[in-house]
Amino acid sequence: MTDQRREDEAAAAKPTAAPKPAAPTAPAPAAPRDVIFDVDDINVFYGEHRAIRNVTLDLHLNEITALIGPSGCGKSTFIRCLNRMNDLIPTARVDGKIIYHGEDLYADDIDPVQVRKRIGMVFQKPNPFPKSIYDNIAFGPRVMGMKGDMDEIVETALRRGALWDEVKDRLKTNAFGMSGGQQQRLCIARALATSPDVLLMDEPCSALDPISTGRIEDLMMELKREYSIVIVTHNMQQAARVSDMTAFFTVELHDEGRYRTGAVVEYGETDKIFTNPDDKRTEDYVTGKFG
Amino acid sequence: MTGAQIAERAARRAVIPQASGADRAFATFFRVLMYTAVGISMLALVTLLYDVARDGLPKVSWDFLTSFPSRIIPENSGIESAIWGTLWLMAVCAAIVVPLGIATAIYLEEYADRTKWWNRLVEVNIQNLAAVPSVVYGILGLAFIVRGPLDLGRVVLAGGITLALLVLPVVIIVAREAIRAVPPSIREGSLALGATQWQTIWKQVLPGSIAGIMTGIILALSRAIGETAPLIVIGAAVNPRFNPDGLGSAFTALPIQIFAWTTDKDREFVELAAAAILVMMVVLLLMNSFAIFLRNRYEQKW
Amino acid sequence: MPDPATAFSVGPNGRRTPSLVRRPSRRSRFEAAIRATLFAAAAVSIATTLAIVFSLLNETIAFFRDVPIGDYLFGTKWSPQFQGEQQSFGVLPLIWGTFYLTGIGLLVAIPVGILSGIYLAEFAPTRVRKIVKPVLELLAGVPTIVFGYFALTFFTPEVLRNLLGLGVGQFNALSAGIILGVLVIPTIATLVEDSMSAVPQSLREGSAGLGANKVQTAIRVVFPAALSGVVAALVLGASRAVGETVIILIAGGQTANLSLNPTESYQSMAAFIAATARGDVPTGSIEYETIFVVGMTLFLITLLLNIVSIRLVRKYRQVYE
Repeated sequence: MTDQRREDEAAAAKPTAAPKPAAPTAPAPAAPRDVIFDVDDINVFYGEHRAIRNVTLDLHLNEITALIGPSGCGKSTFIRCLNRMNDLIPTARVDGKIIYHGEDLYADDIDPVQVRKRIGMVFQKPNPFPKSIYDNIAFGPRVMGMKGDMDEIVETALRRGALWDEVKDRLKTNAFGMSGGQQQRLCIARALATSPDVLLMDEPCSALDPISTGRIEDLMMELKREYSIVIVTHNMQQAARVSDMTAFFTVELHDEGRYRTGAVVEYGETDKIFTNPDDKRTEDYVTGKFG
Repeated sequence: MTGAQIAERAARRAVIPQASGADRAFATFFRVLMYTAVGISMLALVTLLYDVARDGLPKVSWDFLTSFPSRIIPENSGIESAIWGTLWLMAVCAAIVVPLGIATAIYLEEYADRTKWWNRLVEVNIQNLAAVPSVVYGILGLAFIVRGPLDLGRVVLAGGITLALLVLPVVIIVAREAIRAVPPSIREGSLALGATQWQTIWKQVLPGSIAGIMTGIILALSRAIGETAPLIVIGAAVNPRFNPDGLGSAFTALPIQIFAWTTDKDREFVELAAAAILVMMVVLLLMNSFAIFLRNRYEQKW
Repeated sequence: MPDPATAFSVGPNGRRTPSLVRRPSRRSRFEAAIRATLFAAAAVSIATTLAIVFSLLNETIAFFRDVPIGDYLFGTKWSPQFQGEQQSFGVLPLIWGTFYLTGIGLLVAIPVGILSGIYLAEFAPTRVRKIVKPVLELLAGVPTIVFGYFALTFFTPEVLRNLLGLGVGQFNALSAGIILGVLVIPTIATLVEDSMSAVPQSLREGSAGLGANKVQTAIRVVFPAALSGVVAALVLGASRAVGETVIILIAGGQTANLSLNPTESYQSMAAFIAATARGDVPTGSIEYETIFVVGMTLFLITLLLNIVSIRLVRKYRQVYE
């Protein structure tokens, strides 16, 4: 990974490295899981209307975190905060902090373009570019100015996306000719080509058939070894199947139902959320009593 | 018919009232009106083409295309200077309108914040400019470009700029539509990969809309070819016996030559006008067909 | 303050990666330059309008220093080419000529255009459509000079005089007006067709369900639903006719006329401008100034028509989108 190479070179150039933590002498208790996103009191406003309120949680490294909840509860809005995609909406405003790699993504001096190079996203409806499969994958690395053998970068990405064997003989054909499931795996591979360390997935399987869905879920389980994944899903069984942590969002109605704000009800280990949740609302949702 | 069938028919008549004779008569009358209307349009086109072809076809020849116009001898008159003048004008017009029109369209569609009043002013202004009569653009050309601040004189560059300003609003409007046809999901996908706004536009939006943009530009240029009034007002030359030799050269154009011959007292020259019209319409037909071909072959289906 | 160019952000596991802090770079400067350039391009359109208004205004003011505005606006004789006693600058004949000819044209274009539009939207079978639409598109693409030629050399002598036996002058309002109408037919027809096609199918189905035949549905239900779009089409057609120059210049003659006789020659504002501005008019002469003051008048009239048309189009768009 180029980030690693860059960082190694830099570390070699700068002899003063960060002090290493002292090796523990006694058997350590269960190691605290590393945090990739420290989300601190995030509120999102569209104009005057608050879309999500007071979200505070830690997303962990190399895990799959699922965001579940009924429609309109702000899950997509929240996940789009993680890679500054809400910037694209003129009336949107994000308050709060998201600490990633020691920096607050919403600090004034942060470059959103750089953020998106490190935090990749896959959308609900597959959106391949009207170009060849090869050019789709190569697009991210090319705009980044990644040096290196593009053929190799493309192959690596397609292998990571579990698509290489199917398309290796037709890399130059137009991506629009692929099936929906293949297109979505292409979009995943495309996101991986820029070597991010996080993959955000906004309902990636909702437009796909069950077989494609299964393949993508298998892919996610493989990917989490190297990447941290956050997934928004309407499908509770999917959340239960693949995720390590689950956050349950709900909708709060104000002003006689005219004003909807999303909020996190409960966040915890997936097993607990689905078998023994703390909050009654969570229990009602996962047992299908509503939503 | 069986008794059952008779009964069924009677029942149907009772439930569904028979259309009244007056209603049906009116409906027929209205249909006749519509056919007449459509017929009038077709008749107009056919008669027009027939008239032009009848008068002009005998006069079209290679000599006609390669001679200069003569004020006195119709037999020796041709449209060479008019053809070259038109080509020069179109080249200048295209060179201005293509970058300016596309750039404006990109700005309005991709960069402009529509809540800001000045951006809305630009949009409204373009719609107004599209409705300004072409003769007023001629006045602008005369006062500002030929004389006035730019003071270029009655030259090709002045004519080209004037025509460019005339068709620019149309090009902008068409280019905007083509750009708008690119789905937002493509832009989102590109930005999510860490591309900048301009990278997204240059590598995704423009390639995806270029076919529509080009079609629109060709159609706008074919409109510019037929424009007469602005060229009259800025002082295109009449019956010149030379081709333009540069941007600073005097010029004529096909519509101007047609105008001069149409209003001539001599019937012979009037027939030459018809011949010139035929040549111009062939050029227009070729351009429009090319535009349609481009659109069918290269248009991006999303 | 750490230098963003070499600063690091520290990820989990203590791994260091380049900082996300924005730093000035060639690319960011490039992006800013692009944005500025594109805005400058968009500003050209504003500059164009300013130039038009300025050039018209400048000479118009000069004109009104020589000619009292009352004489201009209310005078009934337009004869700037004469000298001394005979010279008169009343613009009413030109305005009248413009609207008289537009009126004749609309008398042709409105019924033909609306009926054609209704036919295309509601009745035309696919086979017929494949012929009629291209015919209208061809008609729309014919340059106005060709219509002018046709009016002078064919319509006036062969149709009006020979075929119909009318005693029209060589330049007459009937010919110019009717051909002007033919010019405008495609504009009206396509806009009417568009606005009627935009009416939701559910209205047609509701009407048919109540037992109306196709004609009744089209006239009583669909057409009224599309009415503001139709009116916008008419105003747009009128605006085009008002601004049209060459047909009237060639076939309508060069006499500013304030009567109601369609066999006589008339002159419109646009035709006067083109007739007078033949490239060698001396700057600053009264002749020169008349071009601008009439141009200003024409510009204001079409601006007004355009504003009305946009209001109507906006009203129609709101209902169905």
